[in-house]
Amino acid sequence: MRTLYSLCAAAALLLPVPSAAAAPHTYTVVIDKMKFGPVPAQLHPGDSILWVNRDFLRHSATAADHSFDVDLPAGAKVKMVVKAKGRINFVCRYHPGMRGVLNVQ
Amino acid sequence: MKLTFALPAALLVMAAPAMAAAGPTDPQIAHIAYTAGSIDIAAGKQALARSHNKAVRGFAEEMVRDHQAVNDKALALVKKLHVTPEDNATSQALTKGAAAERAKLAKLSGATFDREYVNNEVAYHKTVNGALENTLIPSAKNGELKSLLETGLTLFREHLAHAEMIAKGLK
Repeated sequence: MRTLYSLCAAAALLLPVPSAAAAPHTYTVVIDKMKFGPVPAQLHPGDSILWVNRDFLRHSATAADHSFDVDLPAGAKVKMVVKAKGRINFVCRYHPGMRGVLNVQ
Repeated sequence: MKLTFALPAALLVMAAPAMAAAGPTDPQIAHIAYTAGSIDIAAGKQALARSHNKAVRGFAEEMVRDHQAVNDKALALVKKLHVTPEDNATSQALTKGAAAERAKLAKLSGATFDREYVNNEVAYHKTVNGALENTLIPSAKNGELKSLLETGLTLFREHLAHAEMIAKGLK
């Protein structure tokens, strides 16, 4: 019987446990003075990005692969869930010189 | 058309001595910036009334939206700073040049209008951006005004690139 308990205990140690790292995060990306601020280095599917437009101008965060297109009127804050892995180039569709890259791993 | 706006460009330089060696004052800078924005809003509205070209109309909408936002911000700033924008030779030259261009555009239609409007937008943004970079921003004393002008210059460089892209497509 003792052996059985030992085996069960050993098996329990091998079971996967939920990792704290798997919990989705929300990251903020600020737009100010016609520029996208820093984007998170660690980004995973299920995480969220809160786009914050501090400019007095209308902007957007628009993916080149069409996976997202977030309209950002002056002063707007819009949350978006990151869905798929990949390297995603994005621009402001109103001011295409404003650009950045999301690296979803 | 480039000649029309070459005149205000020259005046921006020539007017500098008259505005004292230190360059234009903040009230004068605010007036010039607001006037330049108003001119492009009016030009955008004229294009929206006359053009049927999708790219041209999209650009004109962008001009009206962005320049109106900058002018609203500028008005709020001068109010906050208790600054009264001061009319000056540069603003008057810009207004005079714009009136001549508006009259010229009013006689055109179709593809001829589109080309003239967009070519003028290229020339106009080059002139205004040069004035911002070389005269207005270096002369601005108030930090908030200088910051607004710097953001404006970044924005107007986008406009210039957009106008140049459309101009290529219209040739």
